[in-house]
Amino acid sequence: MFKKILVANRGEIALRIIFACRELGIKTVAVYSEADENSLHVRFADEDICIGPARSADSYLNVPAIISAAEITGADAIHPGYGFLSESAYLAEVCEACHIRFIGPDPNVIRLLGDKAKARRAMKKAGVPMLPGSDGPVDSEEQAQKIAKDIGFPVIIKAVAGGGGRGMRIVHNPAELPHAFKTAQREAEAAFGRGDVYLEKYLNAPRHIEFQVLGDHHGNVIHLGERECSIQRRHQKLLEESPSVAVLDKVRRRMGGVVADAARAVQYTNAGTFEFLMDDRGNFFFMEVNTRIQVEHPVTEMVTGIDIVKEQIRVAAGDRLSFKQSEVTFTGHAIECRVNAEDPETFVPSPGVIRAFSIPGGPGVRVDTAAHSECIISPHYDSMIAKIIAHGRDRQESIARMRRTLEMAVVEGIRTTIPMHLKILSDPDFLAGRLHTHFMERYQPKPKTSSLAESA
Amino acid sequence: MTLDEIKRLIEFIREQDLTEFELEQDGVKIRIKSGPTHTSLPMMPAMHMIAAHGPAVPAGGPEAAGRSSASVVPASDTPDEGADLAIVKSPIVGTFYRASDPAAGAFVDVGDDVKKGQVLCIIEAMKLMNEIDSEYDGEIVNVYVENGQAVQYGERLFAIRLK
Repeated sequence: MFKKILVANRGEIALRIIFACRELGIKTVAVYSEADENSLHVRFADEDICIGPARSADSYLNVPAIISAAEITGADAIHPGYGFLSESAYLAEVCEACHIRFIGPDPNVIRLLGDKAKARRAMKKAGVPMLPGSDGPVDSEEQAQKIAKDIGFPVIIKAVAGGGGRGMRIVHNPAELPHAFKTAQREAEAAFGRGDVYLEKYLNAPRHIEFQVLGDHHGNVIHLGERECSIQRRHQKLLEESPSVAVLDKVRRRMGGVVADAARAVQYTNAGTFEFLMDDRGNFFFMEVNTRIQVEHPVTEMVTGIDIVKEQIRVAAGDRLSFKQSEVTFTGHAIECRVNAEDPETFVPSPGVIRAFSIPGGPGVRVDTAAHSECIISPHYDSMIAKIIAHGRDRQESIARMRRTLEMAVVEGIRTTIPMHLKILSDPDFLAGRLHTHFMERYQPKPKTSSLAESA
Repeated sequence: MTLDEIKRLIEFIREQDLTEFELEQDGVKIRIKSGPTHTSLPMMPAMHMIAAHGPAVPAGGPEAAGRSSASVVPASDTPDEGADLAIVKSPIVGTFYRASDPAAGAFVDVGDDVKKGQVLCIIEAMKLMNEIDSEYDGEIVNVYVENGQAVQYGERLFAIRLK
C-alpha cells in the first residue's frame, strides 16, 4: 500500500481524497497555487507544496511542478481527482517514467477513451449500443452532408478531442450544415487544439444515464449501477441522482453487464464512468467514457455503501476490488445538488468572501465541501463550492431531505444556486421523474422579442 | 523582533493551546503553526513550529484575507533598514543546490557582488538542473535556504541589496 499520496487537485475533491487517505493511514501531500494558500486541503494535508501562481496552466495543470513536488516529498502515488490533469495520458506517462503510481487507468487506455472517435470505435466493437454517426472524424462538408442524410436529421456535430459541451453544433436540416460544420471546427480548434469533428444522430429529449465501473489489475471489473444526470445547463450538470426512475432492475443488470464487458474489452482499470443517452423507449446510446472519478460519485457511494476513492487507491496499489458484482447492492435513493457560487437566475459567477456558512446535517445528509466562513471564492477556478447529497429510503424521502437541507442552508456573502435547486425540487415534472436533458430550458429567461406571452 | 521575543511568543502560543498564529509588525511577518503530525518541509529552520499538541480549532490571526506570507525573517539576519532589497524567489518546485556539483564551491555567498544574469544557484527538478539567474545587480545579504533543501514555488532564496 502507498505510504504517501500527492493530491493533484484542489477544493472539495482534494479534501475527499485526503479523507480516504487518512482513513487508510496514508500520508498526504497537498499542492496548491498561490490563490489557494489558505485552502482546507492545504491545511489538512500532512505536507503542502506551493506549485505556482493562481493561473491553472501554471499550477494545477503544471506537470513538471506537480511531479517535482512528488519527488521532493517522496510521494509514491498521485491522485489527480477530476478535471485538471485527471484525464491526461501525459501525466500518467510521466508518473510511470518517474516511478510514481498514477491513481487511474493506464495511459494508453486514457488516450484511447479520451479520443471521442476512437472511443466510439472501440465501444462499438465491444458490443456497446451506439448512436448512429460517423465512425471517425469527418473531413469535409460533403462527407458530413452524406453521413447526415444516412443517419437522418437532426444531427449533432462534435469535437473529437472535446467535452463539456464545447465545439458542438446541432443541425436540423441540410441548409444549416455548412455554417455549423465550419463553426464547430473553429471552436474545437480553439478550445482543444484540434479541429477534428464527428457527427452523431441527435436525440430530442433524452435522459443522461451513466454507469459507474471499477476495475482492478487482476481482471475484475464491476459496475456500481447508474446515475441520472439529465438536469444540466449548457452541458454542466446541476443535479444528479441514483438510481434513475427510468431504469428498471433488469435493465440495470443488463446494461451494467454490457458496460463491465466493454471495460474488460479495453482492459480498463480503476474508476470510470460510461455515459449514455437514453431515449423514451429505453434504448441506450453510448456517448463517452470518463476515465476518472466524477463529481457526482457520492450518490453512488450513498446507494451502494462503497467508498469509490478508497477502491481507486487500493486498485492502484495492486489490491483486488473489495467487492464482487454479486455483493453490490443498491439501497434507497440519493440526490446530489451542486452548489455553485453563481447567480441562481442568470448563472453569472459570484466570487467573493463567504461571510457565513452553515449547512445542516441530520439523517441521510452528506456535504462535500472545502468552503467555510471567511473563505475566499476566487474567480480563478470553477464556481462549485459545495456538493450536498441527500439519501432516503426512496426518492420521495431523499427529495424531502434535500429540500429541508437547502432551506436551512446558510451561505452569505456570495450568491449561490440554492434557490434554483429549490425550484427544481418543487417542479411537478421533476417530482414525477419526468426528466430529460432539456429540462433546465424552462428556467431560461424569456427572449425579449417574443410577441405572445408563453406560460412557463 | 528579537529571537527572545519570538521564543516568548512560541511559549505563549503553547500555553494558550493555539494551533495557528500570524503576526505582522515592524517589517516582520511571523506565522506559527502547530499540529499533530505536521511534517511539513523544513522551510524555515528553527523558526517553524512543529508538532506541538493542540485541539484542531483554527485560531486565526489578524486579517488573513488574500495572500498571507508564510516566511519568517530571522531577526539576526535582518538587513539594514532603509536598504533597497530584492528577494529572489524560486520560480519552480525542486531541490536547491548552492553549487554546480558537490565538489565545487558555492556560486554565491553572503557579501558577494552579483550582476544581472549571473547564476545564483541550481534548482533540480525532475532530474534537470535549472540555473537560477540574478535579475539584479547588487550584493548578496542573505541566503534563506540550505544546500539540498526542497523548495516550493515562491520560496525565498536570496536577498540582494540593490546597487
